[in-house]
Amino acid sequence: MIRRTILLTLITAASLQAQVSYERILRAGQEPQNWLTYSGNYNGQRYSSLVQITPENVKNLELQWIFQARSLEKFEATPIMTDGIMYTVEAPNNIVALDAATGRVFWTYNYTPAQAARPCCGRVNRGLAILGDTLFMATIDARLIAVDAKSGRPLWNVAVAKPESGYAMTVAPLVVKDKVIVGTAGGEYGIRGFIAAYDAKTGKEAWRFYTIPGPGEPGHETWPASNNAWEHGGASVWVTGSYDPDLNLTYWGIGNPGPDWNGDDRGGDNLYSCSVVALDADTGKLKWHYQFSPHDEFDYDSTQVPVLVDTQWQGSQRKLMLWANRNGFFYVLDRATGQFLLGKPFVEVNWASGFDEKGRPQRIPGMTPSAQGTLILPGNQGGTNWYNPSYSPKTGLFYIPTWANYSSLYVKQPVEYQEGRNFGGGTPRPTTPTGIRTTVNNYAKEDEGYVPFAQSIRTPAK
Amino acid sequence: MWAIAIRSCLFISMLAAGAVPVIAQHEYTSSEIEAGRQQYAANCTRCHGPDGDNVANADIGHGKFRRASTDEELVQLIRNGVPNTAMAGMNNISEPNAKTIVAYLRSMAATAAAVAALPTGDAARGKAVFESKGGCTNCHRIGDVGSRAGPDLSQIGAQRRSVELHRSLIEPDAEIVPANRLIKIVTRDGATITGRLLNQDSFTVQLLDAKDEKLKSFSKSNLREFAFVDKSTMPSYKDKLSTQELSDLISYLSSLKGQAQ
Repeated sequence: MIRRTILLTLITAASLQAQVSYERILRAGQEPQNWLTYSGNYNGQRYSSLVQITPENVKNLELQWIFQARSLEKFEATPIMTDGIMYTVEAPNNIVALDAATGRVFWTYNYTPAQAARPCCGRVNRGLAILGDTLFMATIDARLIAVDAKSGRPLWNVAVAKPESGYAMTVAPLVVKDKVIVGTAGGEYGIRGFIAAYDAKTGKEAWRFYTIPGPGEPGHETWPASNNAWEHGGASVWVTGSYDPDLNLTYWGIGNPGPDWNGDDRGGDNLYSCSVVALDADTGKLKWHYQFSPHDEFDYDSTQVPVLVDTQWQGSQRKLMLWANRNGFFYVLDRATGQFLLGKPFVEVNWASGFDEKGRPQRIPGMTPSAQGTLILPGNQGGTNWYNPSYSPKTGLFYIPTWANYSSLYVKQPVEYQEGRNFGGGTPRPTTPTGIRTTVNNYAKEDEGYVPFAQSIRTPAK
Repeated sequence: MWAIAIRSCLFISMLAAGAVPVIAQHEYTSSEIEAGRQQYAANCTRCHGPDGDNVANADIGHGKFRRASTDEELVQLIRNGVPNTAMAGMNNISEPNAKTIVAYLRSMAATAAAVAALPTGDAARGKAVFESKGGCTNCHRIGDVGSRAGPDLSQIGAQRRSVELHRSLIEPDAEIVPANRLIKIVTRDGATITGRLLNQDSFTVQLLDAKDEKLKSFSKSNLREFAFVDKSTMPSYKDKLSTQELSDLISYLSSLKGQAQ
């Protein structure tokens, strides 16, 4: 009886260990019972080494508890787990600390975003970051807030950008060393996107990298010299980046250029929209970039977590980056240099036929939005979207949630920039019903070279 | 309720404080004053501050009103505002509620004497007292420094009057804000845990253990005892600090307005 009581007490008593140090985050893989960053690990693999749940016993899982959110918004957050405490966001921007064993609430930090907040595509949030005893949340009114993880009390609250100009944040911040890194959304409202780092103690901005280069900066020539399209050319950040501590580079996917579906006034490649950028984590300085979709007109945000994998590639050990992009292609890059190693479609694609040596997509003539509409695969949601991929070092497989056999009719319309107003320039219309499937890529099977679609699990169309 | 004064705590405190002159037309019940305190906190503190002295030339916490003198005039001023100033009309406050605010303003003026008698405080010296001689960080937290066992004081200057801070330092048991009560639980196997109550429902309780500052959740069926601690665990500083040190400490605490919302 006594033993049973002690056991029960142990089970019900969850405890918070104070220090989620940077060193602990670096070694997050060694404590699989926790989940210390958005992707679980700096490498973005979203791989758990826990083995309790197996294909054999998964059918026996039973409901243990329910947390009833006081919100009708969607849950898009990945919770942070530290030593029995689960921290998540009740959309749009309330932080909740839960006992992971029972679902009971320790505290809630309620934040009401400013009326001016107009996030495209949902009043959602993708989660938190933690360092020490402090949680960090990016809000839909473009503020960054630090909250005490034990009491839920706010510590600092700083403006990252102006919501009146269309800026918003739905991203889960990324903590690197003593800094908190976030990126701004708002590409549908004519923002000039940026990634910025803030001092974790004070909230003071440490560096800022504009995702559209200004005059005099390399890449500015990819925007017209004849107008100011670059000033509101979008290039949002929607999803958290990853980090390679050896290279001290943090990698972030950049969203579409604006106007989304009408590129007439923004001739050129429109860097760094639809790209991955590799930034020095201490200074925010650009080390390299690779653009997946130059001069995009299909809303093909690179809104995916860069997945970092160290493995053999064509006979030698390489630091790779794997990326299934919204544009329908699966990529392998060298993440030290940005070198393009491979690009293959993982769903049906009709806007590009392949790549040149440097990895620039070869466009198919006529495949652009038009006044009467052009049927493009993949459609506006993309071959995949923000829903995270994962990589298993055990199987060597890369797992992608995908939209299969999916197209949109891209109709182009004129649009003029007005601060804080929609800046779409068109309408992507739905076409055929589609299903969702999970694609599993064996991207590096050495004996046969690259073999796409090792398996595909298809969900019937609804 | 408003017009009929039954018995006034104010009157008693006036005697105790040595008859501070105030021009109150009414005597107020303690419940009116308490209701006014809540109305004041919700509607007035943001601009006027907890001591009522944040706005230049309008030290309303010490009975210094520029545009009104009678209680009725004050009620009208609260509800109609003052044209061309930041004092907007607050007609969302009902007349009875505005009257309780006046009751509280009169009581503030009467009770401010306790700190008025103290020497002028120095916030910088008070910070040193807080962090060293007073040992306050052993239980209290300001910003990201100090223990979470006691109430967080990061914004205490925006929440509590100087007289209230003074009284808490001298007589910690005189008033314990309900949210700041500690809770003590004893588990069935005899473990005792004291901490801050964060949440509870019919079957479980969640608290922050004052000892190790960990978040803990318990099933009530596994508890032998579960009760609030009546007494404050804070010592009286009446004989621990000099009058000057107390004044410095109060100045420091009053300066803590916090940052984040």
